[in-house]
Amino acid sequence: MLEKLKGHLRFLGKQVTDRVWRLGFAARFFLAVLLQSGTALRRFNLTIRELYFTGVLSLIIIAVSGLFVGMVLGLQGYETLQRFGSASALGSLVALTLVRELGPVVAALLFASRAGSAITAEIGLMKATEQLSAMEMMAVNPIARVVAPRFWAGVISMPLLAALFSALGVFGGYLIGVQLIGVDEGTFWSQMQASVDFREDVVNGVIKSCVFGVIVSWIAVFEGYDCEPTAEGVSGATTRTVVTSSLAILAADFILTALMFRGT
Amino acid sequence: MNKTMLDLWVGIFVAIGIVSLAFLSLKVGNMSTSSAGDIYHLQAKFDNIGGLKVRAPVKSAGVVVGRISDIRFDPEAYVALVSMDVDARYKFPRDTFATINTSGLLGEQYIGFEVGGDTEMLKAGDTIKKTQSAVVLEKLISQFMFNKASEGVDKK
Repeated sequence: MLEKLKGHLRFLGKQVTDRVWRLGFAARFFLAVLLQSGTALRRFNLTIRELYFTGVLSLIIIAVSGLFVGMVLGLQGYETLQRFGSASALGSLVALTLVRELGPVVAALLFASRAGSAITAEIGLMKATEQLSAMEMMAVNPIARVVAPRFWAGVISMPLLAALFSALGVFGGYLIGVQLIGVDEGTFWSQMQASVDFREDVVNGVIKSCVFGVIVSWIAVFEGYDCEPTAEGVSGATTRTVVTSSLAILAADFILTALMFRGT
Repeated sequence: MNKTMLDLWVGIFVAIGIVSLAFLSLKVGNMSTSSAGDIYHLQAKFDNIGGLKVRAPVKSAGVVVGRISDIRFDPEAYVALVSMDVDARYKFPRDTFATINTSGLLGEQYIGFEVGGDTEMLKAGDTIKKTQSAVVLEKLISQFMFNKASEGVDKK
């Protein structure tokens, strides 16, 4: 009995120290990526190649999801607002929801599962097939050559994708609200412009998506770099990327929202 | 995929992102109206500003002519000191009357300019002399109740 309890305790302690150890390693890795990003920014072609894979290939999923989320917001928002006789506020509702919250958050969640997992799998496979060790043998720093371009490509493409998501969402809300249901077009846009502030809403949304971009890219490259160099290890790391970055996005979103919108 | 095609696609991607950002800030947000052209500062002192907030609109004849840039408490006169950024295209006479109004029954509060007849115009940095404070609903109701009560006493 006592032996069993000891075993459990030892397991728990190992889990905790492992997590803390990984967190410290991740922080050190983040610093190393930042210090080694000179190559990625000087030889910008490397980063452009990765921008194609993370940004351009995520365009379709972001655009389609943005459109549909906006259309659903239009339907649901109208349904609720018309009960209070304020269907004219539909424009503000759709735009504020998208620009402040749904745009950055949902785009980041989609980005984590579409691009983040791909980055982890790619780097993990490179490690499993010993390409990273081969680079080191040739005196090429794999962090500068492989990790940093992918990291910066993620950081650059995240705000652009979130902006596209919000813009298409607003368009989707317009399609449903104005074209299908028949809310007055002038009220829709003017209510929206009256309530969405550039500094308060648009800039804060962009700041959010930049932070999410750093978080997702960091987790993705770290999980890839740190994974066990086996087929199982790569698949586990890919799953961890999606789970960890989704949780991190939502937690960071709460903190950022609490800092930005205190209901002044 | 050769290199030039790659550059082209990334270029298209960045362009789409920047266009959506511009759409968000110009068409969805109010950047086009809030920072258009030159502005000049005006100040006004109110006994009570009610629920007036920074960035609330300043309207004249219902048209937005400026925004409130700052609200402070004047510790010497014990009044609220409201600073406004007014569009430089519009000039107002010196005896303009600044009132705090509410749009609708439950709407947001804003400052309304009722234009006077003075030939001299307000200059940048001037303080509007004639102001009317916000209507506080509780005060209004209590006044109404007192009046009703005193009417009842008179009749007896």
